[in-house]
Amino acid sequence: MRRALGWACLILAIVISLFPLYWMIRTAMTPGRELAGDNSGFFPQNPTLFNFERVLGLVSPEESRAAGGSGAELNFFRYLGNSIVYTGLITIFQTLFCGMAGYAFARLQFFGRDVLFGLFVGALMVPPIFTLLPNFVLVKELGLLDSTAGLIAPSLLMTPFAVFFLRQFFLGFPREVEQAALIDGATKWTIFWRVVLPMTKGPLFTLALTTAVWTWNDYLWPLLVAPGEDTRVLTTALGLFLKQSPNTHPDWTGLMAGSVLSVIPVLLLVAVFGRRLVDSIQFSGMKG
Amino acid sequence: MTSTLVRPASVKHAAPRTRKRGDGRLALVFLAPVLIGFGVFYLYPAVRGAWFSMTDWNMLSEPEFVGLDNYERLVADPLFWNAMKVTGFYVVMTVAVQVGLGLLLAALLHRLTRSLVVRTLLVVPWLVPGVTTALLWMWLLDANLGFVNHLLVGVGLQNQGFLTSPDLALPSISLINSWSGTGYTALLLYAGMLLIPKQIYEASAIDGAGELRLFFKVTLPLLRPILAFVLVISLISAVQLFDTVAVATKPGGGPVNATRVIYFYIYQRAFTNFQMGYASAMALTLVLVLGVLTFVQLRLLRASTSDLS
Repeated sequence: MRRALGWACLILAIVISLFPLYWMIRTAMTPGRELAGDNSGFFPQNPTLFNFERVLGLVSPEESRAAGGSGAELNFFRYLGNSIVYTGLITIFQTLFCGMAGYAFARLQFFGRDVLFGLFVGALMVPPIFTLLPNFVLVKELGLLDSTAGLIAPSLLMTPFAVFFLRQFFLGFPREVEQAALIDGATKWTIFWRVVLPMTKGPLFTLALTTAVWTWNDYLWPLLVAPGEDTRVLTTALGLFLKQSPNTHPDWTGLMAGSVLSVIPVLLLVAVFGRRLVDSIQFSGMKG
Repeated sequence: MTSTLVRPASVKHAAPRTRKRGDGRLALVFLAPVLIGFGVFYLYPAVRGAWFSMTDWNMLSEPEFVGLDNYERLVADPLFWNAMKVTGFYVVMTVAVQVGLGLLLAALLHRLTRSLVVRTLLVVPWLVPGVTTALLWMWLLDANLGFVNHLLVGVGLQNQGFLTSPDLALPSISLINSWSGTGYTALLLYAGMLLIPKQIYEASAIDGAGELRLFFKVTLPLLRPILAFVLVISLISAVQLFDTVAVATKPGGGPVNATRVIYFYIYQRAFTNFQMGYASAMALTLVLVLGVLTFVQLRLLRASTSDLS
């Protein structure tokens, strides 16, 4: 009986978690002209994929207007691509560089190590907006507004969080393995690349997943430095889409179609790497 | 190429000698990218931000040094205090709901199932971009066609303009972000609960303790360090609320300042009013306030000590 009640609560929580996403898909598959009369049934009366074609820029603005859209130029293919480049570059390089640094902090002896690490941990506590303002100014001064370089620069090399996280991780890596390699005459440099890295590929990948999700979801920074059509990412494109949509009759079916696109990659990650993703979240909790 | 940097002359003596001399040069190689990144995009902007906060600057002409004027202005700015108040309400509401429900869910998971699928499904909302979450809930909460209002009308209540009413807008934003953060919080707490030795539960169960008693007498006290950590990160992330307000409220921060949290206010000062100096002063003030809050929180919860040891 108690267990049944507990399970009922859990199932309710899952329904509340997932239903809004179902509703997003349901709305995206409803013809725009019909939404006013067809917005409460569990399934749309005449399901369609037209809204997706519309936001991906596959139909002409006239057709789009006829279907209840605003006729605004939408090219979510490009934004999707920009988001993938932005997320991909940052995830790969940040994980690599922060992995190297995390290893150095965990395993190498050098002057000022603890002070430097303390500085990084201190930076963890600083709300990003404080450095975001001068970073915007810097990117602007360098003439990198609306460029991929400007967009990725601040997070490409490091975040204090990633360094902290990976140091904790390497601290838990068994020393014996490295010592054995050291006795065999390997240098610490080769040990890192040839022994440690291959053995920790899995967990590193797990951490990279979290970085990828965060970068993918980022809004404020791309909003500031990459507002232009050519570098715009999905999140900022969605925000703009809403602004261009008439206040009184927002283009909900189109907006939901765009929203679905922004969630698909994340849901794919969950489907393929569910265990790793959940593990990485739990790991971050335990080590913090 | 760099692998020759610290190659020892003779392998035999390598280990003790490297230890004594340290790995300075090698460390530099390992750390170079991160040091550059930290210097250029964290340290330098931190110093610059502090400098900006003492200038009057519209990002077009030269910054003009004004000493502490921006801070004086801040103390006298009712909108700043409003933003702090709104942020405070939002943080308390959101952290209470997220951590409260998160604890409940974590305890249920802990006592009922190790199912990965259940945990994954609960964390899905956290993976959805903030902008998407905002759009999605704007639609669900839409005054005329939104699903939530269908539900309200269905049980005989009135339609509500959740995001357009000055009284409901902030709680609505808070609930939206609780939707996205509660599963994540539950997962962190659940991970902490896994660290509590099973034997304690078995022993207490033999002593006849019920589930509620187990939760309050065993789980909660032993969870304290993790709970402290979760409270701190929930607080820090709640203070950074921006996406949902920027997207889902009209005009941004409205209605009538009801949702203008500090992050959004700083953003508006910097990028709508071009008052970079004033915005920087507020940002630095926020850094200090958060630092003090985090310190107090960790102290109060005695985070570093565990009852387990």
